[in-house]
Amino acid sequence: MPASLVQTESILAIDVGASVTRVALFDVVEGEYRFVASGQAPSTAEAPFKNIGIGVREAIQNLQGVTGTTLLGTQDNNIITPSQPDGSGVDGVVATMSAGPAVKTVIAGLLSDVSLQSARRLAESTYSRVVDTLDLSDKRRPDQQLDSIVRSRPDLVILTGGTDGGASRSMLKMLEAVGLACYLMPGEKRPMVLYAGNHKLAGDVQELLGGHAGKLQISPNVRPSLEVEDLEPASNVLASLVTSLRQRQIKGVDELYNAAAGNLLPTAYAQGRMIRFLSRLYESTRGLLSVNMGASASTVAAGFNGELALGVYPQFGLGENLGAILQHTEIEQIMRWMQLDISSNTLREFLFQKSLYPSTIPATQDEHAIMQAIARQALYLAVRVAQKNFPASARASRADLMPKLDLLIAGGGAIADSGSVGKSLLLLLDAIQPVGIMPFLLDQNNLMPMLGAAATRSHYLPVQVIESGAFIGMGTVVSVIASANYGETILRAKLAYADKTEVRADVKFGGLEIIPLPSGQTARLTLSPLRRADAGLGAGRSGAITVTGGALGIVIDARGRPLNLPADAVRRRELMKRWSHAVGG
Amino acid sequence: MLAPVLHILPLVTIVRERLLPVAGKVNAHLNQRVSPTDVIAEANFAREHALIDVARTFNVPVKLADRMIKVNERDRVAQGALVAESGGMFSRSIRAPRAGRVMVAGGGQILMEVGDAKIELRAGLPGVVAQIIPEKGVVIRTAGALIQGVWGNGRIDNGSMISLIEKPDDVLTAERLDVSVRGSVILGGHVRDADTLRAAADVPVRGLILSSMYSSLLQLAYQMKYPILVLDGFGAMPMNSAAFKLLTTNDKRDATVNAEHFDRYNGNRPEVIIPLPVTNEPDEPNSYDTFAAGQIVRMKRPPHAGMIGSIANLRPGLSDLPSGLRAAAADVRLENGETVIAPLVNLEVVG
Repeated sequence: MPASLVQTESILAIDVGASVTRVALFDVVEGEYRFVASGQAPSTAEAPFKNIGIGVREAIQNLQGVTGTTLLGTQDNNIITPSQPDGSGVDGVVATMSAGPAVKTVIAGLLSDVSLQSARRLAESTYSRVVDTLDLSDKRRPDQQLDSIVRSRPDLVILTGGTDGGASRSMLKMLEAVGLACYLMPGEKRPMVLYAGNHKLAGDVQELLGGHAGKLQISPNVRPSLEVEDLEPASNVLASLVTSLRQRQIKGVDELYNAAAGNLLPTAYAQGRMIRFLSRLYESTRGLLSVNMGASASTVAAGFNGELALGVYPQFGLGENLGAILQHTEIEQIMRWMQLDISSNTLREFLFQKSLYPSTIPATQDEHAIMQAIARQALYLAVRVAQKNFPASARASRADLMPKLDLLIAGGGAIADSGSVGKSLLLLLDAIQPVGIMPFLLDQNNLMPMLGAAATRSHYLPVQVIESGAFIGMGTVVSVIASANYGETILRAKLAYADKTEVRADVKFGGLEIIPLPSGQTARLTLSPLRRADAGLGAGRSGAITVTGGALGIVIDARGRPLNLPADAVRRRELMKRWSHAVGG
Repeated sequence: MLAPVLHILPLVTIVRERLLPVAGKVNAHLNQRVSPTDVIAEANFAREHALIDVARTFNVPVKLADRMIKVNERDRVAQGALVAESGGMFSRSIRAPRAGRVMVAGGGQILMEVGDAKIELRAGLPGVVAQIIPEKGVVIRTAGALIQGVWGNGRIDNGSMISLIEKPDDVLTAERLDVSVRGSVILGGHVRDADTLRAAADVPVRGLILSSMYSSLLQLAYQMKYPILVLDGFGAMPMNSAAFKLLTTNDKRDATVNAEHFDRYNGNRPEVIIPLPVTNEPDEPNSYDTFAAGQIVRMKRPPHAGMIGSIANLRPGLSDLPSGLRAAAADVRLENGETVIAPLVNLEVVG
């Protein structure tokens, strides 16, 4: 890209997480945007600080310490914008935020399996917890429904239902119940309302709810017709409503919003925006997957040629909701990932104790191992829930498998802080259990959402930063679907390097095979499956492909799909240690 | 780096808001001295609502239905009272299904508040009313010992505190809870079974202050009518030495156990208040500080969770931890003389 097309402005990106506030500086170097440096500090949305600005300033001070650039004014301690002739300040600020309690949400739709499902998927695109649902099959009287809404004290109500120009009478009844419930709540606690139903009723919605909702936004219908679901316009409006809600709930958000000139987005929304953008840019035919594990939520964003499936799951976050993960999984399902010999009771107490102190980090190896096991199960669950919302074109060949994808990008504390790139990769392989052949990237500085927010100021910035190597290439993973006994050879692989040398490997079922290929290099990988194994080219099909290297090189995961772990705990732990050793320990 | 502060203080000025969940009437007045059981505010609120669809019942347009409604907003109506009448030769009527108050009368409907309930808000702690918050409650100011915990079952009560703990890792069992502790606040150790919680309810006690309990008891703990306050956490954790010393030295004194839920956003957390007489009012505690060498700290995570120590040295930059992670850290000298490295995010200043 010609340098003249790049606006020469420096951008400070701020991400306020539930535990950590990160800041990153992007600037133009030799005509192209580069990630310069990052700083971080504990987040301060919670008591005793109760003002996100404290953590933001501390993170910026840490960044100043790294870069030597003055970003905060000495007089007012505010971000200096635009940049000054003396080199201080930045030209623009963008921000994302995931800190804050889960958004208590009531969803309403007409048909439980149509519009209500759309409302649920829309709610899942942000940091929400559904506290009540209303639909036509609801057997409660209208006054019982409104009592239930009042008691659940929602922050947000999402109303969907009716195709454009379709049913209106039932919808109006529902609007009345929601309007009355809003009316009965104290003014400062009235929920924000998003209406994304039959567009013909927009005027009625304004009349019935406009005076009673905390804030009312009307978006295009998520179900313009029975066959079509279009969440994107409504999710844009929802992102802005959630930002407004955070401005009402948390001190310092207003200030950040103003500093970012309104470019403040929910973190997951910004992550999703990046994935949609990248899937279009790289014309991904099979899809890109991005996962992020944070204290507030686990987020799964999948882009399929410009179409986005975004799922935000506070119930699978590794912070204050951790104790509640047992409402979604059996403790034995977490225990299966455990490399330590501990009791399920010890694990249970660990979960609840950690939820008391969400911002704390593991201090010992044992604690770290327990957190890694929990993270595996949380991500496993999040991906399985998210997979249900993938478009029909991206369905897997079998219900118990993931669809084939083109690229995976992973970020968030639990993944990036695994201890080594190998451990991060193993966590992803265990939890996601991908199939086929795809490169894995590690977003160790959590830049993905920041780039999504920065895209509002410069379309070039995200592309140039990613192409400059801001993410760590973990390697190219070949995941094999096979049915064999442990130790039987299921694949012969040959990697031909650019310098004409070759490495050959007989890959045995149940193991992980690593073939070195440094970052930045490509090589020709020939795969010859045995026993009708599928190494990404089809069952029993051989072939050769060009692959890119990474920190680990080429990783052949021959443990089978889905991954079946031995029931015997001793044998299972032994295998896990072996796998861990295979990726570098 | 900024440090959250855990209050375990022998004498401090304590200022606490006591608020109704809904708007009501404040009975207390400014500078009034209150005892824990004084009702300082009260409110009536409707548990439920009744929606009467006049237009639909009479099968008439909304505008016509509005003319048939015989009650006005804010009217109090008795059960069976006439609320709407169609008129004409074959007049039909609608009567109030329950006694209540009309909230909305219009749009062809009547919305009534029904099922009135009364809330009485007690002071909860002895002190002086320092501020009236109209229709909501009061701010009470008192002086005494303040000990904060990590979990509470949402209840509050007060009484004479009896210590049933001899050493920090003691286990409180049902056998220790007999008639001699009736009406008291019990200072116990770790609770490991449901029988202990049930025995405390049977006695009954006015509250349990525990070092720790098993998380499997959470559901039952929420059902108990008396306050349960956990100081250190879940599992089998001994009581932190700072709280142990302070609480055991206040044996037999009146204590308020406010076992409210730990709300990490508004800062409310479960706490024990032991009011003490003072001649000069002590300072209010700071809610946060900056980490510095010499500070007394409590460890929040294993392997030394709940232990008290002092910061021997703040390490510059980021340090490698035994877990393999890198973080800002300090060397902490524990009470047993051992010095350990701890990430700052795993510490809270005691003060």
